[in-house]
Amino acid sequence: MPPYLPPPGLDAGADLIADKNAKPPGRRRFLQGGAALAGGAAAATLAGPARAAGEALPVPAWTRSQGRPVANPYGQPSGFEGRVIRRVREGAQPPFPTAASSLTPLADIFGTITPNGLVFERHHAGIPDIDPEQHRLVIHGLVERPLSFSLNDLLRFPAVSRVHFLECAGNSGSEWRPARKLTVQSLHGLLSCCEWTGVSLGTLLQEVGVAPEAKWLLAEGADAAAMTRSVPLDKALDDALIVYAQNGEMLRPEQGYPLRLLLPGWEGNISVKWLRRLKLGTAPWQSRQETSKYTDLLPDGTSRQFSFVLDVKSVITGPSGGQTLKSRGRQQITGLAWSGHGRIRRVDVSIDGGRNWEEAVLQTPVLDRALTRFSLPWLWDGGPAVLQSRAVDSHGNVQPTRSQLIAARGTESAYHYNGIQSWQVLPSGEVHNVHV
Amino acid sequence: MSMCERKPLVALLGALALVSVLSACHSAPTRSGQPLGLGTPIDAAQLAAWDIDIDADGRGLPPGSGTVAAGQRIYETRCIACHGAGGQNGIADRLAGGQGSLATKTPVRTVGSFWPYATTLFDYVRRAMPFDSPQSLAPDEVYAVSAYVLHINGLLPADGRLDAASLPRIVMPNRDGFKVDDRPDVVGTRCMKDCAPGS
Repeated sequence: MPPYLPPPGLDAGADLIADKNAKPPGRRRFLQGGAALAGGAAAATLAGPARAAGEALPVPAWTRSQGRPVANPYGQPSGFEGRVIRRVREGAQPPFPTAASSLTPLADIFGTITPNGLVFERHHAGIPDIDPEQHRLVIHGLVERPLSFSLNDLLRFPAVSRVHFLECAGNSGSEWRPARKLTVQSLHGLLSCCEWTGVSLGTLLQEVGVAPEAKWLLAEGADAAAMTRSVPLDKALDDALIVYAQNGEMLRPEQGYPLRLLLPGWEGNISVKWLRRLKLGTAPWQSRQETSKYTDLLPDGTSRQFSFVLDVKSVITGPSGGQTLKSRGRQQITGLAWSGHGRIRRVDVSIDGGRNWEEAVLQTPVLDRALTRFSLPWLWDGGPAVLQSRAVDSHGNVQPTRSQLIAARGTESAYHYNGIQSWQVLPSGEVHNVHV
Repeated sequence: MSMCERKPLVALLGALALVSVLSACHSAPTRSGQPLGLGTPIDAAQLAAWDIDIDADGRGLPPGSGTVAAGQRIYETRCIACHGAGGQNGIADRLAGGQGSLATKTPVRTVGSFWPYATTLFDYVRRAMPFDSPQSLAPDEVYAVSAYVLHINGLLPADGRLDAASLPRIVMPNRDGFKVDDRPDVVGTRCMKDCAPGS
């Protein structure tokens, strides 16, 4: 095990300033331990640098010859990053590959924006190859002027760009069941965050003129599922976007190219991809995706319906399931927090399974209904530990424990799981999903 | 009429006039409530092939009808490979059975046990099934398959027939089993020191 060399001025047994950028300065401390960590004795066990002392740095081959030329048509990640890819859930064998999902590798991405090639996928009938010249968005029903918009029409409206997370309502759903030793990608990877660009749906509704009796609208995709969801008109007028771009380029085909709906903070399923039609009406349509699916079955046999908003949630992405800590000493606990209700206000981290908590540092700016990166340094003494994070949002909502969720909802509601995640760190350094 | 004319008129105005119309539109903030004049009017005939939704009251159901017997024949050629004989034990969603199971520890969600509206069945089959050839069934065939699926759930007799009038009148067993979102039902707490551990 590579030994650990404390940086100058740091003493593993003392209260330590962990992050010079933290506010107020000096308030941050290392979370310590697992088991008891006593001053000098503990510091003595955390010995040695990661690089062998005295080894001279070589001048490698790539410094002695020309690299590859320009004009790589579309840039790709380094070939050394080939393991950072979307995957289906470990052990899952979807019987219908076009009605399946792939998950974002949360442990291997940084900051808060998900690269376009790593944004999670959930399709019900595959990814259509839509010709943008032929695609139309029709808005009709209870409107004054039914209109058909080409992509070119939509590009002439004022463009709006906003950063928002997107999370499938079924994300983390395996956590309703006994703990499986899966990675954070498999457990929580139906989660991504992009800068979305498009037209405010309110602007388009102004264009067609909404009839006074309209209260809901039906959003329909152009894929082979022609997927439909009913959307309350209030949400459509409030902050809904008709999106054509993500992270600075046109939508990826798997994200709805050339058009999708985006309802900030709401379950991903309702942000209908490959959007072709919006029909205004007086009541929800009771489509399959809002009755048979995406409803929350409760222990008394009733089900919660139109449970759109995604509640406050967080997860530690490192250390996380399937990883192995290589050495004792300083670790960086990092993770993501989000809430469909608003901004993340704070994230607390525990290393002892929820007995004691320390407030983490939030990466700024903290955006409304966007992924928020948190971090906290940790001096691991090599003993067992259970890492947890707990988010609080700008409405004062506090992320609940798994036990609290199950006490209220049982284990059969399938969707909208937002319980605190526990990662057990073993003395071997292995990290596993546990329920404590 | 807004200062921004509809597209056909814009087209007549020619390139120079188009520029002036666009700049006029540009100067009209969308907040003002003024439309920009973009988009093309569309009528019901043009939209017919897309306007296929059925609402919970059955509005949108097309003319036609289908029997349980006809539905069984279609089911056994187009549906059974994924959904299994009698709507059970297939690789796709189970369609039949499960009534009375929702409040147990092993709830079984099927059309018959869980779906609140029969209209949803017609709407979904019409738009998305069969999986290998969506939107290939004629209205009579969709009525027939819907009739068969209701039949294997005990909701339509073997000699039953469905049409636009009778389908919305089917009372699904779980019709009153849904309630609109009533969260928060779980309230987390923010203890910082010496808390009761748990997850």
